[in-house]
Formats: sequence, C-alpha cells, structure tokens
Amino acid sequence: MQIRSPEFKQNARIALTDVGLQKALGNVKTGFPDKRAKAVARMPEFDALRDQARDLKNHILQHLDLYLEIFEANVIKQGGQVHWCRTAEDARQTILRLCQEAGAKTVTKGKSMVSEEINLNAHLEAHGIQPVETDLGEYILQLRGDHPSHIIAPAIHLNLEDVSETFHQHHHKPKSMDAAVLMQEARETLREKFVVADVGITGANFLVAETGSTLIVTNEGNGDLTQTLPKTHIVVSSIEKVVPTLEDMSLFLRLLARSATGQEFTVYNTLSSGTKRLGDQDGPEAFHVVLVDNGRSDMLGGELQEMLRCIRCAACMNHCPVYGAIGGHAYGWVYPGPMGSVLTPQMIGIEQAALLPNASTFCGKCEEVCPVRIPLPKLMRHWRKNEFERHLTPQAARWGLGIWAFFAKRPSLYRLLSRISNLSLRSLAGKKQRIEKLPFGQAWTQMRDMPAPSGKTFMQQWQARNKTGHNS
Amino acid sequence: MKEPSTQPLVGFFVTCLADLYRPEVAFASIKLLELAGCRVEVPSQQTCCGQPAFNSGDNKNAAALAKQTIAAFADYEYVVGPSGSCIGMLHHYPELFEERDPWKQRALDLKARAFEITSFLVDVRDFTQIQSRFQGQVTYHDSCSGLRELKIKQQPRQLLAQIPGLTLTEMEDAETCCGFGGTFCVKYPDISNRMVSNKAESVHQTGAELLLGGDLGCLLNMAGKLSREGRRVAVRHVVEILADEFAQPALGQAADASLAYPA
Repeated sequence: MQIRSPEFKQNARIALTDVGLQKALGNVKTGFPDKRAKAVARMPEFDALRDQARDLKNHILQHLDLYLEIFEANVIKQGGQVHWCRTAEDARQTILRLCQEAGAKTVTKGKSMVSEEINLNAHLEAHGIQPVETDLGEYILQLRGDHPSHIIAPAIHLNLEDVSETFHQHHHKPKSMDAAVLMQEARETLREKFVVADVGITGANFLVAETGSTLIVTNEGNGDLTQTLPKTHIVVSSIEKVVPTLEDMSLFLRLLARSATGQEFTVYNTLSSGTKRLGDQDGPEAFHVVLVDNGRSDMLGGELQEMLRCIRCAACMNHCPVYGAIGGHAYGWVYPGPMGSVLTPQMIGIEQAALLPNASTFCGKCEEVCPVRIPLPKLMRHWRKNEFERHLTPQAARWGLGIWAFFAKRPSLYRLLSRISNLSLRSLAGKKQRIEKLPFGQAWTQMRDMPAPSGKTFMQQWQARNKTGHNS
Repeated sequence: MKEPSTQPLVGFFVTCLADLYRPEVAFASIKLLELAGCRVEVPSQQTCCGQPAFNSGDNKNAAALAKQTIAAFADYEYVVGPSGSCIGMLHHYPELFEERDPWKQRALDLKARAFEITSFLVDVRDFTQIQSRFQGQVTYHDSCSGLRELKIKQQPRQLLAQIPGLTLTEMEDAETCCGFGGTFCVKYPDISNRMVSNKAESVHQTGAELLLGGDLGCLLNMAGKLSREGRRVAVRHVVEILADEFAQPALGQAADASLAYPA
C-alpha cells in the first residue's frame, strides 16, 4: 500500500469536504460508540476485566518468547508448521512460497490487517496468484481497488450507493439499493470462490499457546469457509497475539466484542487447531502459521511496549473526534486513528509518519475506552518527543517554542510579554471586543473570532490593587 | 500527611490565559477560595505550566518550567488554578524527572497539593456556600484534561446546582473535545474547525443562553466560533457565575450591546 502519511494535512482537508465520506462517517457514532456504551452499562465488571486484561497482556509481553515457543511446539504437535518472519518482506516471501508449493491459482482470504500491513495481495497478484477477499467489506474494497479505512469495518467510508454501483459493474446484474439483495449477490459470487480456492489465508485474533490453536472472530462466517474448505490453511498473525490458555482467550473475547461493536460476543468465534485428523469431516491437509514481527520486538522493553497490548477492537478510532472528522484514509497507511498514530511511525518510520502523533488534541477519549488501557496520548507524546529530539519538528514551530520558552523561564520578562500581547490584542479588537482577522494568527481567525482580553493583565491589576491597599 | 488547616494558605496559579485574556477568572477564583476559608497569595515567580513544551516533545524546557513552578509554590499548602488543563500539567511533572532526581519527589509533592478550582472547592473544602444571583439557562462543556486527567465532572455541576435561578441543560456530547487542543488548533486548523463547529451546534441545540466551562483555552475557541457563526450564546468561565462576578461582558462580547453580534 502506498504510503500517504506525509500528506496527512492535505488528505484531511480533502476528506472534510468529501460529501459521501462525511455522510458515511455519520454512521460511526450510532454504529459503534452508542452500542459500546450500552454493552458496557450492562456489564458491571467491565472495568475490572480491563484491569485483568491489561495485567495479563503485560505478563505475556514479559514472557513473549516463552509463550510463542510453547505455541509453536503445540502447532507442530497438531500437524502444523510455524514460520518466523522478522520483516514484512520475509512474511510476503514465505506466504508466496507456501502458496506456490500448494500449486495455488486462487486463494481465499479472511479479513486480516496484518496482511494489509505486509501488502500481501499485491505481492501474490504480481506472482500470478489471485487473492479473493471474502469479508464483505474487504470484498467490496477489492472490487473497487480500494483499501480499508478502519480496522474492523474496512469499508466504513462507503455508502450504500457506492456498493450498489460497484456490484452493478462487477456482478453484471440489475442495480439494487437493497442491502439484503446486495449481500446475496456477494454471497453467491463468493460461494464459487470458496469451492475452487487452493489455499485459504486468514488472520488471527488470538494464538493460544496451550493448544497451538489460532482463533478468528467474524460476524459473517466467511472465515470458517476460508479456512476449512481449501487443502492448505495459512494463518498470518503478528507475534503479540499469543495468549497462554483458552481461558485467557475468553477474557479478551469478553472485552473485544463489547469494545468493538457493542456485541456481547462476536457471531463466529472459530478455533483452528492443526490439520485434518482421521475421522474429521473437513479441514485443511496443511496448516501453516506465519508469525510476523515487523518492528514489534523492537517495541519490547521500551516505552512503546504498552502498544503491544492492543487487541484491535477499534474503540480508539470509533471514539476519536479526529478520526470521526476525517475518516481512516487521511492517515495515509494501514492503521488509522489513535492506535495507528502510535503504530505507524514504528512500522514506516517516524520521518514519514511525523504528522500522525501530532494529529491529536490529547483529549484522552481513546485511552478512556481502550479495553486494555493503553495510554495512547502518552505514547503519541513519546513520538513527539522523538521528533523534537531528532529535529523532525518543523523549524518554525521549534523557533516559536524556543522564543516562548526563553520568556517563560524569566518571570519578569514574561510579565512584560503578556502586557505587550494584552495591549496589542485589545487595540486590534477595539470596542467590538473581538478580532476577526489576526495578523500571524490566520489559522485561528480564518475559522473563528479571537475574543479580546477584557482589560489589563491579571498581574497588572493584582499589583495595582495590592499597592493601593485593596488586597481582597 | 499533615492535618489540613482550617484556613489553609493557597498559592494561586493564575494560568497564562486568565492573566492575558480574562483577569476576572482569576479574581473570581480568589474570591471563591476566600469564601471557602482560604488565605490566598499569588506567587510572583510563576509563569506558564510548560504544557506547550511538554506536548510538543520539548521535555527540556518543560522540565525547566516544572522546576520554576515547583519552586514558586513550594511554601503553600495547596496550589489551585482555574484550569483542568494547566493543573493537569502540574500532575504530569513527575514524568519529567528520573527516579533518582531529587526534583522527582518535589514534583510528586506538588502534584499532591495541586487542584483545579471547582474540584478544590468541592472535594477538598466541601464548599456549599455559593451565593450567586444568576438567573437563566446554561450549558456546560467538560474540558478534556479536567474530565479525564483530574476526574472533574460532578464538581462544577454540584456548585452550579446551589444557584437557585440557574437551570443547567446538558448538551449532547458534552464530553467530546471542542477541537482546541493547544497548538493543535493552529497546526490542524481544518480538523479543529470541524470539531468546534460540531460543538457550537451542540451548544446551540440546548437553547441555553450561556455556555460555561472550566478552561479558558476551550472557552476562547468555542466563544470565537459561536460569535463567528453569529450564534447568540454568551461564553464564560464557570467561576464567574459561581462568584457572582458577571458584570463584565462575556468572552468576546462588547460592552456596547449594539456591537455584540455580527449584523
């Protein structure tokens, strides 16, 4: 996927005037935060579970190597194989090789953000293998040559009209505006693909160390067909998805669905445990787990380690007023919203992603709703600090900050500066008490007025009172 | 910990915006503190809490300003200011120092003594003597830092409920950010504008004549948007109403009523 994060500001401006996108974004609030709030209200122990989940994730991350090795040993016991991939390139090559070894022409795919992260589809296509997305949202995007704008609702930026038009073009059927009809069309088309696919690729929401199982949660059941029908099942997952036991997994599942969609439980929770056994009616003959690091182990032991607790519920972006205003594509890479603003710099480099950690008011809503209590504003601040130290912060901002700090560190000079600013603002405002056009402050006054100071500075007035004995 | 005194000595943290834009906010706060039985002083060595540096990743200057603030308020039983955001910054100070740095302990000590005005009045002073003659319908915006870093939600509402003539109508999404965000509003003006437009609409929908809040940054942002859109909603810091100090025109409003709104 082409990186467009350096153009974040321009992307955001375009997004704000995109009528269709703005209409689609209007569905986010009613679709997610309102439902989450209801689900949380029905569960008094929700916050206690969040604490447990945070602590458990911290424990796992402390012993990540151990749990991954136990996971691998159990995958092998179940007849599968684990492939360790340090980089996105390693992962792409490994999956391509596995597909080629299986003689694959077409592969079906369940929704997987890690596969987006490693840009898998383009790589397979370039080598003559046709990937077919089977998640409805991803399927729509694939037909359109588009990319996800959200990690659990990839096509949230589209409206019914868009889908209707796309299906009309690709399915060669009469145009319909009935969602049920459109869904049926997709279902019929995908059924054929499921049957002929040589390989099924899915992601994983969790990897269970004690059983060597992988788990996916879906609301469509597409993942089940993707992973049970073809002879080869490849799971692509990042390393931090491992949990020790099935019981631990269920703790996260209780939080995941509620935080994501407000469901008490996702419709399909499907475990894959190795290859087809004697007497099994179906299942793959080959089972591969491709474990992707791609910068994650570098986050261990540092301030960013907390980000590895993320269970990809998307609550942070669903509740983010910035995401709500501009949608996911403006962020310019795979992971949008607050979690993306922390993760993207790690994966594509802070030089390219410099604007993302700054695109937050630090309102703290993301941290408030995070099921595993990731301090997202703190981690965005970590990147801002990194940018400042490496002189990636724009020069004008550095200068401004430097001059301001020079005064702020000298109280009597600071008083003088406040007095001068106060006087200037008041004289610019005149009797109207507000400024409609502020020199050097266009970014403010283009959009809103600047109220004027109501009188002299407080410090001036306070000193005057105290001198004349009016100290209240 | 020491026994709290009956007439504690409070060091008042003015905040840059109250100093520059709205001295009434500082005077009203001091009046409330005195009504709540405190002795109040304004240390002259205070300037800015350092948040602009901290949020821009300039921890060196943030730490320098933290030290300056810690030193300026070393001798006070409490530090109180009219902003959840600035006081929230004082609560961040310990993050700026290493474990072994002696400033770490001093920062923790300041943090334990630092309160936003409404939470100080309610949580520390259990203050119930609000005497204000305000009559009318208001709405309240929960500024993010106060709400999420300092857990300020019920405190201003409890105080406002003591004013007989005041009706509080809650707006939709009162807890949603107004788009100010310090330098965010000038770094990302288009996004900020969308956020403050949404907020102005929520405020307007309540039918309230007055918007109150606890942070001048957010209030300036919302007042500026409301007046630009020609919406007839006045904007004030909550302490102005609580202290019965609303003789001054509201934020950005002219004393001469004919100049109050765009034609």
